[in-house]
Amino acid sequence: MSTNPEAGSGTDPGPSPVLSVRDLRVRIGQSSILQGVGFDVAPTGTTALLGRNGVGKTTTVRAVLGLLPEGGEVTGGTVRLDGADVTGHRTHTVVRRGVGYVPEDRGVFGSLTVAENLALAERGSGPHHYDLVHDLFPELKTRRGQRAGTLSGGQQQMVALARALLNDNRLVIVDEPTKGLAPRVVTEVAEVLRRAAERVPVLLVEQNLAVVRRLARDAVVLDAGRTVHTGDAAALLTDRELTTSLLGVGRHERPGQAGGQPGEQSGEQSGEQGQREHATKETTP
Amino acid sequence: MSTLVLLTLTGLGLGALYFLIASGLALIFGLMDVLNFAHGAFLTVSAYAAWRTAETVGGTGGLALAVLVGTATGALLAIVVELVLIRRLYGRPREQILVTVGLSLAIPALVQAVWGADSRPFPVPDALSGTVSVLGAQVPVSRFVLIAVALAVLAAVTLFLSRTRYGLIVRAGVEDRAMVTALGIDVTRAFTLVFAIGGALAGLAGVLGGLYFGSLSPHQGTSLLVFAFVVVVIGGMGSIPGVALSALAVGLVQQYANYYVDGYGDFAVVVLLAAVVLARPAPRLAGGVA
Repeated sequence: MSTNPEAGSGTDPGPSPVLSVRDLRVRIGQSSILQGVGFDVAPTGTTALLGRNGVGKTTTVRAVLGLLPEGGEVTGGTVRLDGADVTGHRTHTVVRRGVGYVPEDRGVFGSLTVAENLALAERGSGPHHYDLVHDLFPELKTRRGQRAGTLSGGQQQMVALARALLNDNRLVIVDEPTKGLAPRVVTEVAEVLRRAAERVPVLLVEQNLAVVRRLARDAVVLDAGRTVHTGDAAALLTDRELTTSLLGVGRHERPGQAGGQPGEQSGEQSGEQGQREHATKETTP
Repeated sequence: MSTLVLLTLTGLGLGALYFLIASGLALIFGLMDVLNFAHGAFLTVSAYAAWRTAETVGGTGGLALAVLVGTATGALLAIVVELVLIRRLYGRPREQILVTVGLSLAIPALVQAVWGADSRPFPVPDALSGTVSVLGAQVPVSRFVLIAVALAVLAAVTLFLSRTRYGLIVRAGVEDRAMVTALGIDVTRAFTLVFAIGGALAGLAGVLGGLYFGSLSPHQGTSLLVFAFVVVVIGGMGSIPGVALSALAVGLVQQYANYYVDGYGDFAVVVLLAAVVLARPAPRLAGGVA
């Protein structure tokens, strides 16, 4: 296993990466959250960002986008998007370079209608791929006048994904898209992500290893704010020793079963949180 | 009966004035989390600018020009304050409060230094100085002007929020500002715009306040601002229809109590505020606009 955070995706020396993170360091308040995160996102396919809860996956994504919370700052390292240094740039300028973002909490505007949520996401002069979006999510067309706050969790995730796919992007970043969703909806979301990844490279933060197994070609594993592994996703997931040591799965179950079915949570690290998510996010007003 | 009619229409006029001030406050707070204590100072400066214009030109034309000058002054002052001071202080509420409170003290003091502490009569053109007989009550024309302007502003703000892209950005920004930027939108431009709109409405309120009271003084804006804050708290931060209803209620309660309970109007407003705050089940977490 490669343990050098300076190194990029060691397996793929091919075309230049769409996103390249090097030795990223982030402090929030007095705590050092990231202490050397480095990885590449290949210009095609899905790259999964993995790790136990609290290792800094979401912080990494938010640092890339310049979306750190109050008191958070990038203290070192670089973020390059298609070769251009965007470290510490303001969020809207990074996004305008062609990044679609689906945050952990979906970030859907509940008081706005579905159509307004999409209209707000229209960037620049287009093109805006409403045909694609309505093809992927036919329901959004019929519910276009409905307030997004009254949608189910799964439908809100559709809105969030649709916003990210509406524009021509160089990269789509999706943070825990299946969290708190019913198994059937997880399968739907995974299918949408698979189709999306045919058009645009995806950086996927995901705890559900079944989804990772199905979608990801490359995998990056973080632990305690550092990159501890980069490489082929399938190889990682079939390596019992690695999944146990890096992801914490398999201690109470066989790793082969960790992601056996879509929708199944990936083991001890997500069970507690999964339940909490069910309690808070699935209840829609 | 005629007393009640007079009190009601006067209360509605006062409510209209509160609405003009409070709607800007509510939008600014809803979108940017900025408590703008300088809002009353915007009103005062605009009122003096309008007064100078109306004095110089005279008549109904002078008043029309004064409305333009007052509104523009409010907008301009708000833009300068946002660009020069507030912009550097987003996410730092304590510093914001210090700066806007500082402005709310310094600007009226400056106005007082230039034009004196005494209140000045605001020139009300003949067309608006008369009264209209409504159900036996002699109601000053200016009350109707205020009510009409407030209704027009309510309609315009509602249309802006519901029909324009910037309105969409403002509504979304009230809910989740960070996510708006994550869609590639430069939300700081919406901030400046909302500050300008708030300033313009405060400026308009300055001119109409001159009409309503028939006079203006350096601390008029600051004393009106207190009630505007009450209106915003009752009506809900960031909710324009809520602010409109709340302004109505505060204006009416104040007028009725002043007459029927012997000048206890201001106290009645405080009682109303306490009642609403205590009766409200829980803080509103995600208030929407429009």
